[in-house]
Amino acid sequence: MIQIEGTVHRYGDNVDTDVIIPARYLNTSSHEELAAHCMEDIDKDFVKKVQKGDVMVGGKNFGCGSSREHAPIAIKASGISCVIAASFARIFYRNAINIGLAILECPEAAAEIQNGDEVKVDVTTGVITDVTTGKTYQAEPFPPFIQNIISSGGLLKTISERL
Amino acid sequence: MGMTMSQKILAAHAGLKEVKAGQLIEAKLDLVLGNDITSPVAVNEFERCGAHQVFDKKKIALVMDHFTPNKDIKAAEQCKKVRAFANQYDIENFFDVGEMGIEHALLPEKGLVGPGDLVIGADSHTCTYGALGAFSTGMGSTDMAAGMATGKTWFKVPSAIQVTLTGKFQKHVSGKDVILHLIGMIGVDGALYQSIEFTGDGVKNLSMDDRLCIANMAIEAGAKNGIFPVDDVTRAYCEGRVQHPMTSYEADPDAEYTARYTIDLSTLRPTVAFPHLPENTRTIDEVGEVKIDQAVIGSCTNGRMEDLRAAAAILKGRKVAKNVRCIIIPGTQNIYLQAMHEGLIEDFIKAGAVVSTPTCGPCLGGHMGILAAGERAVATTNRNFVGRMGHVDSEVYLSNPEVAAASAVTGYITDPAKLD
Repeated sequence: MIQIEGTVHRYGDNVDTDVIIPARYLNTSSHEELAAHCMEDIDKDFVKKVQKGDVMVGGKNFGCGSSREHAPIAIKASGISCVIAASFARIFYRNAINIGLAILECPEAAAEIQNGDEVKVDVTTGVITDVTTGKTYQAEPFPPFIQNIISSGGLLKTISERL
Repeated sequence: MGMTMSQKILAAHAGLKEVKAGQLIEAKLDLVLGNDITSPVAVNEFERCGAHQVFDKKKIALVMDHFTPNKDIKAAEQCKKVRAFANQYDIENFFDVGEMGIEHALLPEKGLVGPGDLVIGADSHTCTYGALGAFSTGMGSTDMAAGMATGKTWFKVPSAIQVTLTGKFQKHVSGKDVILHLIGMIGVDGALYQSIEFTGDGVKNLSMDDRLCIANMAIEAGAKNGIFPVDDVTRAYCEGRVQHPMTSYEADPDAEYTARYTIDLSTLRPTVAFPHLPENTRTIDEVGEVKIDQAVIGSCTNGRMEDLRAAAAILKGRKVAKNVRCIIIPGTQNIYLQAMHEGLIEDFIKAGAVVSTPTCGPCLGGHMGILAAGERAVATTNRNFVGRMGHVDSEVYLSNPEVAAASAVTGYITDPAKLD
């Protein structure tokens, strides 16, 4: 998996899928349309600020609420390459893996990395480096079962191999 | 080491004698569910992975409930896509306008879920069916697509917390107050990745509608599923409804729980969750003066018969306060019809409330009751996140149906006992 490098967009605890992509935009499944409204209810400038490859950092229970896969889709399509959080809500965690959005659980990194910091992430090893502060963090890497889903290119790729 | 009730259901569906918390398993599914928001994404994925058939046309349920009757052209296009898929694959349980209800009110009512089943749904409130003693959990659209294609999915076996219920409700308290109280106690991530297993003498005092409401909001504590033991109430509910074989599972006496809590139902007060998280709970006695603009009574949490009866008992012969909109949404067509037979619809309309066709509508800020900036709603729904029911500067207070009805009458969040 590729190394990720980008600027941090930081949010707090319990970022729910309603603020990641409000339901008023769920009448479409177009990735571009969803991305255009990503995070707008808690950060209306996010879409203007985000650059391809940037990293999102959240607190605990990131992605709680609705099961809408539109949420990780909107984040990924907005250009975000990786989400680091203290913990993830379980449906979001699963959805992110299934659609190929890199996510890492790391409470220390989530607590210390600041908005606007430059970070490097190695998703395979789970090593996170805050380039701005020089500090490194070790996130739990994915279990082999999940690495397999990701390396196959997502859940449906593993399914189509079996069909 | 013994197994929890949830673990036993997972083991049985994985063809294993035993499973342990943290173990990754592949298990057979009894039902795969989707709605008009999540199914279009699943249909795209299903087609993209090259599937040409569904695993079982009887074991897929597609319910057009969120933005229906279609609120706009895009919503109509989404339903059209799902309708075409349902026709192409001859999906038996496709519920369109006229037959549909709110999915988690509809599926139990139709007998599509029973004790011991393993159900996944592309909707977070799929955990509702734990009320029937099923293992039931929400996933995303890609998981739904894979489930429709293969009839199987992978699970990480959850650990569990145990909640022992004792005693009986006082007046004006119901299932909603149990789950709001619990979420207030353990927080919105208090059961993250875990099962919530309910047990204790108090369970027998809970109606099926109470249990469905409680299990429904297990996800609001981060839980993978919430589950109730199978008892006489379950069996009476399923009789004549559930047509497929049912299995009752019980947790082993030595099953491991990461935490144990006890709730004495007799001590619960009507409970309100303040913005913007379901864990921000206060008893009705601690609410203070909260003026409202709208009351919503309905949703997959509280749109069932007992909920409407409770609301009608308060609204009958009274009037909704000036400058308050009261929106009542029966969960299914059958509930709607039953409410008509019982005269509840007349009570609602005479009180100045509106009664809508079944829809998820306002709960997620979709349609049928969107809030303007600065407006406040008391709602029997399940989430009060920022912007959940409309404008980002609006507020949602979660409550039971009696509190919502009493608040509609007074214009302030109100203890129903004050209207006795």
